[in-house]
Amino acid sequence: MKVLERARKTELAELYRQMYRIRVFEEKCGELYARGLIRGFLHIYIGQEANAVGAMSVLRPEDYVVTHYRDHGQALARGLDAGRCMAELFGRATGVSRGKGGSMHLFDAQKNFVGGHAIVAGHFPLATGLALAAQYKREDRVVLTFFGDGAVNQGVFHETFNLAALWKLPIVFFLENNLYGMGSAIGRVRSGGADFQDAGKPYGIECVVIDGMDVMAVREATQAAVHHARSGKGPAFIESKTFRFHGHSMADPVKYRGDEEEERWKRRDPLHTFPRMLLELGLATDKDIEKIKAEAEAEIDAAIKFAEDSPWPAPEALYEDIYA
Amino acid sequence: MPEITIRDALQRGLREALDNDPNVYLMGEDIGAYGGAYSVTAGFLEDYGPERVRDVPISENTFIGTALGSAVGGLRPVVEFMSISFSLLAFDQMINIGASIRYMSGGQFKVPVVIRAPTGAGIQLAATHSHMFENWLASVPGFRVVAASTPYDALGLLRSALKDDNPVIMAEHVQLYGKRGEVPDEYFTIPLGKADVKRTGEDITIVAFSHGVVIAMDAAGKLAENGVKAEVIDLRSLRPLDIETVLKSVAKTHRAALIDENWRTCGYMAEVSAQISEKGFDLLDGPVARVASEDVPAPYSRPLEQMMLPNVNRVLKAIEENYGI
Ligand SMILES: Cc1ncc(C[n+]2csc(CCOP(=O)(O)OP(=O)(O)O)c2C)c(N)n1
Ligand SMILES: [Mg+2]
Repeated sequence: MKVLERARKTELAELYRQMYRIRVFEEKCGELYARGLIRGFLHIYIGQEANAVGAMSVLRPEDYVVTHYRDHGQALARGLDAGRCMAELFGRATGVSRGKGGSMHLFDAQKNFVGGHAIVAGHFPLATGLALAAQYKREDRVVLTFFGDGAVNQGVFHETFNLAALWKLPIVFFLENNLYGMGSAIGRVRSGGADFQDAGKPYGIECVVIDGMDVMAVREATQAAVHHARSGKGPAFIESKTFRFHGHSMADPVKYRGDEEEERWKRRDPLHTFPRMLLELGLATDKDIEKIKAEAEAEIDAAIKFAEDSPWPAPEALYEDIYA
Repeated sequence: MPEITIRDALQRGLREALDNDPNVYLMGEDIGAYGGAYSVTAGFLEDYGPERVRDVPISENTFIGTALGSAVGGLRPVVEFMSISFSLLAFDQMINIGASIRYMSGGQFKVPVVIRAPTGAGIQLAATHSHMFENWLASVPGFRVVAASTPYDALGLLRSALKDDNPVIMAEHVQLYGKRGEVPDEYFTIPLGKADVKRTGEDITIVAFSHGVVIAMDAAGKLAENGVKAEVIDLRSLRPLDIETVLKSVAKTHRAALIDENWRTCGYMAEVSAQISEKGFDLLDGPVARVASEDVPAPYSRPLEQMMLPNVNRVLKAIEENYGI
């Protein structure tokens, strides 16, 4: 429990608050999708909240975050406005990407949140380039990039690991291994199996394996990885063992895995285990927890209201933002 | 005025940029120690060092994407493809990031990058190494695509590309690097998106770009021998297309011949032809004469390769068939 002792109470409460608001946001997204208010592909993050929240809690504002299409959790944890995120999902003019990106393409330059990218592994080179810019300009900032187990089978994973290591770029590769890429259990599509410990070895990049259902473990590991990258030692790599509780997207009836596996992971749901631990250790009271929940629910309700009340993009927007 | 080659012109433009803007750096396969596949960056590594003249692994999708990312991060990279043929491996990054990230983010990011790409057939490299994807790239909103046929244009366009805040693709025809032409010592630029009348005439408009302009000028010379005065328009910019300059000329000549080294089907001149008929149908005395590469994978054997490509005779024949001149 050394980890907990080091963190201050307010920080612990903040971690819980972030995870809870993401959970509520995602649950609401599922409902809104069923009602047809959100369209397109919608990938929800339920089950994986500890990853975005723990990892992002150690970043500085000037650091860059780049992630894939399952990006709501990352966006919210990075401090993007929930209302403007929801408005993006609704396709409204007030959305973080002015309604042009949708669920898979959330962006916020103010927060150095550079997407939301929907080509599996396609954001690796972008993230690497941001790290190159930071290094070239002697800026003290790192890039944190998230990706899934499926992305490791793309060529650019290997290409960017090579380049980032070669040039000692300040980048942290954060793998959320949720055991499936869409319906494909890793073992069925990867010769190396479901563990990624050795995936960086050919490039001299060490991998730290962590429990992605434990927000404090994520935080500690990311802290060390960011420190490594920031101090000029080159890329760092984390494999976080985690699980998405729902289907790949709203279109997925989840026929490829059993309930038993899901139940086993749900018992480790950080939204239950983390507050329980805080209560047991006297680091939070029931009242604290209830307050956090009520506030988060109100925030997300307001976000939905904001999205619903927001205008559609004006017709002129069609031809705007193509060229600088 | 001093005469230099297109390669010299590109070198001058790149050196200027490196000298004047610390955020400019060059990146590409073998551009440093080797000096570039077409020697455009010969000597650069010695003068600017490895941080600004970066050799990269043979990972096209990644190094192009890395350049794009660094542009989003505030740098101004100039990336060189060893050949536009290899851009196939980088289409994902070029299109899904380079051309799209600004739009997809509602205008929050800009991607000031120049992508230089040796292009074109004619030197017997066969199917994998003779591509000309300018037309594919020119169909992508978010890109600017330029192709110079003279040293003057190459330098002027490169300077403008280096000032532009969008991804600009410079298609450099491999047969033209050694082409000579006059370039003034005084500073000048050429705006992106402006065609150039390379020869004036009243009888027929010949539209071309890149190496096609060489063919067009030769064809115009031959036509002149028969008293036919051809006007040659060098598009220089494929996206945006300066169709006004083309229409203005066709309004005068009432005839149009289009030369395209792209495959005929969906080649760049198919677009030019469509726009002429959409916007200038009544200007024409007969159907446009379009001469393009034959729809075959580029063959190695010299006679076969030459049969695939447009040439002066094919142009003259097409003009004769369509307009009887
Ligand atoms: C290049 C490419 N191929 C296929 C897809 C379709 N697709 C979207 S997500 C996905 C699975 C990716 O799994 P993983 O990387 O493990 O991420 P997770 O969804 O588990 O978070 C697939 C196949 C895509 N978006 N891009
Ligand atoms: Mg996965």
